[in-house]
Amino acid sequence: MTMSDGRAAVVAGHGAFAAGMVSAVARIVGEAHGLVPVDNEEGTPDTIAAAIARALDAAGATVCFTDLPAGSCTMAARRLARARPGLVIVTGASLPVLLAYATGGDVDAAVRAGQAALVATAPAA
Amino acid sequence: MTLELFRIDDRLVHGQVVIGWGLPHALGFLVVVDDEIAAAPWEQELYRMGTPEGMEVRFATVDEAAAALPAYRADPRAGMLLTADITTMARLIEASPSVAAVTIGGLHHRADRVPRLRFVFLSPAEAVALRALAARGVAIAAQDVPTSAPVPLEAVLAADGTE
Repeated sequence: MTMSDGRAAVVAGHGAFAAGMVSAVARIVGEAHGLVPVDNEEGTPDTIAAAIARALDAAGATVCFTDLPAGSCTMAARRLARARPGLVIVTGASLPVLLAYATGGDVDAAVRAGQAALVATAPAA
Repeated sequence: MTLELFRIDDRLVHGQVVIGWGLPHALGFLVVVDDEIAAAPWEQELYRMGTPEGMEVRFATVDEAAAALPAYRADPRAGMLLTADITTMARLIEASPSVAAVTIGGLHHRADRVPRLRFVFLSPAEAVALRALAARGVAIAAQDVPTSAPVPLEAVLAADGTE
């Protein structure tokens, strides 16, 4: 897969969340499928936005997955979206979300996969 | 409960605030004090989008916040007041000297700053401004999340960023 086949996306989040998630995707399906991690270790709003912008440009991506809706990476991505109207931001990203996107390239399907995967099992009686 | 936390953090509303502090302190409202954001509806919407259900975010200029501090304190919910920089917090305290304690939650790398802690970088002018606040009786400490130990101002200013 090339970095511009439509499935390229940036994954950004707290600490090593992004690198860990992308590593896990590669471990499960054999490659990262164009997912580019941006880890935030004490960045400022400006440096985080710059890092996400660089990653988007390098990957030719128009999708950014982030961890927390209120996280610094999400805020930075939303600011970037003002100048990049085509940028899609998906918050609350999880491994099922990223796997679905990496293998299918469909944001809506990835979101559904994440929602479907979120299940709490009742304790055995 | 009342407005109990005054935090300086260049990221303002973010994960450490709404989750790290928000959950254990059951924060019901945040006050973002920033003259520019108070006049920028788009920026305000950005921050509102990031806050969990049940947590209100208010926006105020320094003057508005100083005038509203009694009302914030009368709020039955727990609250946190945020500024993005030391200057804004100092202006607020100048206008309303009742603030007893301020936490530095995050001031990050900038060309004119030197590292003090992992999450605190300060310029010489900022160090002077913090000392001036402390001289007025404001207790100042650095603490990014509730589970970390607060670092008193003098220890912050004596640190070199290696810890």
